[in-house]
Amino acid sequence: MTATDFTPVASLLGGALIGASAVMLMAAKGRIAGVSGIAVRLLPPYADGELAGRLAFILGIVVAPLVVLLATGTAPVPTIEAGPALLVLAGLLVGFGSVWGNGCTSGHGVCGLSRLSMRSLVATLTFMATAIATVFLTRHLL
Amino acid sequence: MSILVQFVIGLVFGLGLVIAGMSDPAKVLNFLDLAAIPSGGWDPSLAFVMAGAIAVTFIGFKLVLRRSQPIFGGKFHLPNATEIDARIVAGPAIFGVGWGLAGFCPGPAFTALTIGDNAALIFVLAMLVGMAAARWLASRPAKLIPATPRT
Repeated sequence: MTATDFTPVASLLGGALIGASAVMLMAAKGRIAGVSGIAVRLLPPYADGELAGRLAFILGIVVAPLVVLLATGTAPVPTIEAGPALLVLAGLLVGFGSVWGNGCTSGHGVCGLSRLSMRSLVATLTFMATAIATVFLTRHLL
Repeated sequence: MSILVQFVIGLVFGLGLVIAGMSDPAKVLNFLDLAAIPSGGWDPSLAFVMAGAIAVTFIGFKLVLRRSQPIFGGKFHLPNATEIDARIVAGPAIFGVGWGLAGFCPGPAFTALTIGDNAALIFVLAMLVGMAAARWLASRPAKLIPATPRT
């Protein structure tokens, strides 16, 4: 495991930007800014004519670190400790679970909780619990 | 125009993730590691990300939803399901295990594509396969319950 610094100000500010993005997407397109819901609709079959907009939204997320790099000269490099096999397993579970449960950290954790949705509260408490249990198991028991 | 706006909105989302430190799986895993609290290894930053995001969204949604329709037309697509069924527990439970294994949820995985190495790409491709599988499974008609009773 890699130690990380507690960054309350940057995290609060970054969180506010995520919130601002969610509000803007609702204002512009009337859509929930749920990354899993938008990502799964990049794949066929297509139910509506919104593919280009969804692709643009995801592309914006993808290039964000490059914009930070251009603006500041440095971009934080992610510390990815999981090996290829674990990444495949984790990716499958994250992809399957987020679509099966109609949302992930952004759709349920941010947008849903902000709308006081009971389903999103159940979802958020559930994924927090299993994620915490998984980290406990892999870091302290296995 | 609408496409460009959605790109900018995605960019703001991604900048938020990077500034918040959420593009780093180590930071996420250190938040989830509650057993590290006594040793000082716990990183509570993610709670601040959630607080900042929810504060803005809670107020912002209320203001935006006073409009009769979105800026680019159409209608507001708000989830209206309220039932607490098996899927709303099983899906997030599975998602959480994957999140805890690698420290990636969908948004941060996309930001890691450009500054991470192939590891992020492997995760994103597997994630898309998982998403497609869940959608396929969800779209199948329930075979155990015939739509029309046989006579």
